[in-house]
Amino acid sequence: MQPPVISFKRLGQVFETAAGRAVTALDGVSFDIGRHEFVAVLGPSGCGKSTLLRLIAGLIAPTRGSVEIWGMPVTEPRDEIGIVFQRPTLLPWFDVLGNVTFPMRHKYGRVGEAERARARELLALVDLADFADKRIDELSGGMQQRVAIARALLLDPDILLMDEPFSALDALTRDEMSFELLRIWSERPKTVLFITHSIPEAVLLADRIVVMTPRPGRVREILDVPLPRPRSLATLTDPTFHALADHIRGTLFSRPAAA
Amino acid sequence: MSDTTAAAPETTLPETDAAPTAPAAGVGTTLLAWLDRFAPALAFAAALAVWEAATWVFAIPSFLLPAPSAIVAAGLATPAEVWLGHIWATLRVALMGYLLAIAVSVPLAVALASSRLLSRTLYPMLVVVQSTPIVAVAPIIVVTLGASDLPRVVITFLITFFPIVVSTVTGLLSTPEELIELSRSLRAGRSREILHIRLPYAVPHLVSALKISTTLAVIGAVVAEFVAAERGLGFFILFSTSFFKIPAAFAGLVVLVAISLALFRLVGLAQKMLVPWSLPKSER
Repeated sequence: MQPPVISFKRLGQVFETAAGRAVTALDGVSFDIGRHEFVAVLGPSGCGKSTLLRLIAGLIAPTRGSVEIWGMPVTEPRDEIGIVFQRPTLLPWFDVLGNVTFPMRHKYGRVGEAERARARELLALVDLADFADKRIDELSGGMQQRVAIARALLLDPDILLMDEPFSALDALTRDEMSFELLRIWSERPKTVLFITHSIPEAVLLADRIVVMTPRPGRVREILDVPLPRPRSLATLTDPTFHALADHIRGTLFSRPAAA
Repeated sequence: MSDTTAAAPETTLPETDAAPTAPAAGVGTTLLAWLDRFAPALAFAAALAVWEAATWVFAIPSFLLPAPSAIVAAGLATPAEVWLGHIWATLRVALMGYLLAIAVSVPLAVALASSRLLSRTLYPMLVVVQSTPIVAVAPIIVVTLGASDLPRVVITFLITFFPIVVSTVTGLLSTPEELIELSRSLRAGRSREILHIRLPYAVPHLVSALKISTTLAVIGAVVAEFVAAERGLGFFILFSTSFFKIPAAFAGLVVLVAISLALFRLVGLAQKMLVPWSLPKSER
């Protein structure tokens, strides 16, 4: 196996609440993510999933252990990472194209013709080729999240971090976006860490699923998803899909008495 | 708009935008649409008419409550160049105080929003300044700063700047956490975070404060003129009342209201032209 792109080494994160109480968000989290692997981190709310993402992004520093990218400990935000958040959080004063090119403008102060061309390419990739000049409030929630994905891809990151990106969308749009993401990922292979609390979403998308326990967030189980790619609507009726989903459901809802 | 006139042949006004209702709907709806459009003006005219009638019927002396017609007459009796002189004096002070307030408030808001220590240190002081009745401080400021435009501008500034600071700080802090994280993940730096993300996010808040502050600026200028001035609409009103020329004082008041409204509209127009995205979709 190739050396891992991201590795978590006995990662622990303790936060202090406003009342001064220490809360353990993550405890002894260790696993690796390989190149161009799609890993879903699945768990109930309060299991430190988002903390995990912010640790890889270098937005916070771990209390214990370390996160490594290409074998180097993460100490600050790095260029090879793109982030898609739960909410699209686009900028209403820019049109769609301006939002996609925003990372360039923000990081380097200006946007060249090359970036604009690249942004148009990415808009075509996310199926919004004709929407470059549209205002943000003219787009639906799903379309806005596509723009956010294009924005995350602008600087061509190796790693794509997604923090429950479809959880604010309605059920139909959500399914559609899952297949869209798989298509985009097959056209632009990236190492993806996808945070979610939806079991079917994790099974449909990921190569491997990291199931977390809540408070403190620990790795309960790491599962390979043996479903063939490319995945399609047919995947949803595959017996393996259901067996795996049922297994995870069983794991999440069985709370060992001595845990 | 008027998409089809075929349904109602008697309606022979195919080009008017005044009645956006479907012509087939009948006279009732047309009347309603007309009312909807002109009701505010009608109500205003009616109030004036009642006022006018009341002063005649009850024979109210003009030094207690002048009739609208008397106010207009008094307004016309004062020469235009006298009006312009007073208007310019008040407007100049109001605008200078207003612009000074913007120039001070926005950077101050950025500083307060950026530093917890600074905001904890300065905020109580700002609240004290804001809580001091400006009318009570005005005479002191005039004595301290002398008889020029300076004390008047300072008084206008003092009454105007606080809402701008508070709203801008609120706006700066209302930026979604994700965008700040995006900014940090790009290592864009603090100044770009403020310029590219936080300040634009504060614009809708800033604009509403700027609208409120136009009125406050006029109030500030007038209060300053009440204390010490030889020109300006505040002075004109004070001067007129001291000679029991109440209709003239009312005329000055009308001009003041007109200035306030004009400034308010001007900020609204500027918003529409410069930052249309900050308006709700329906008002663009």
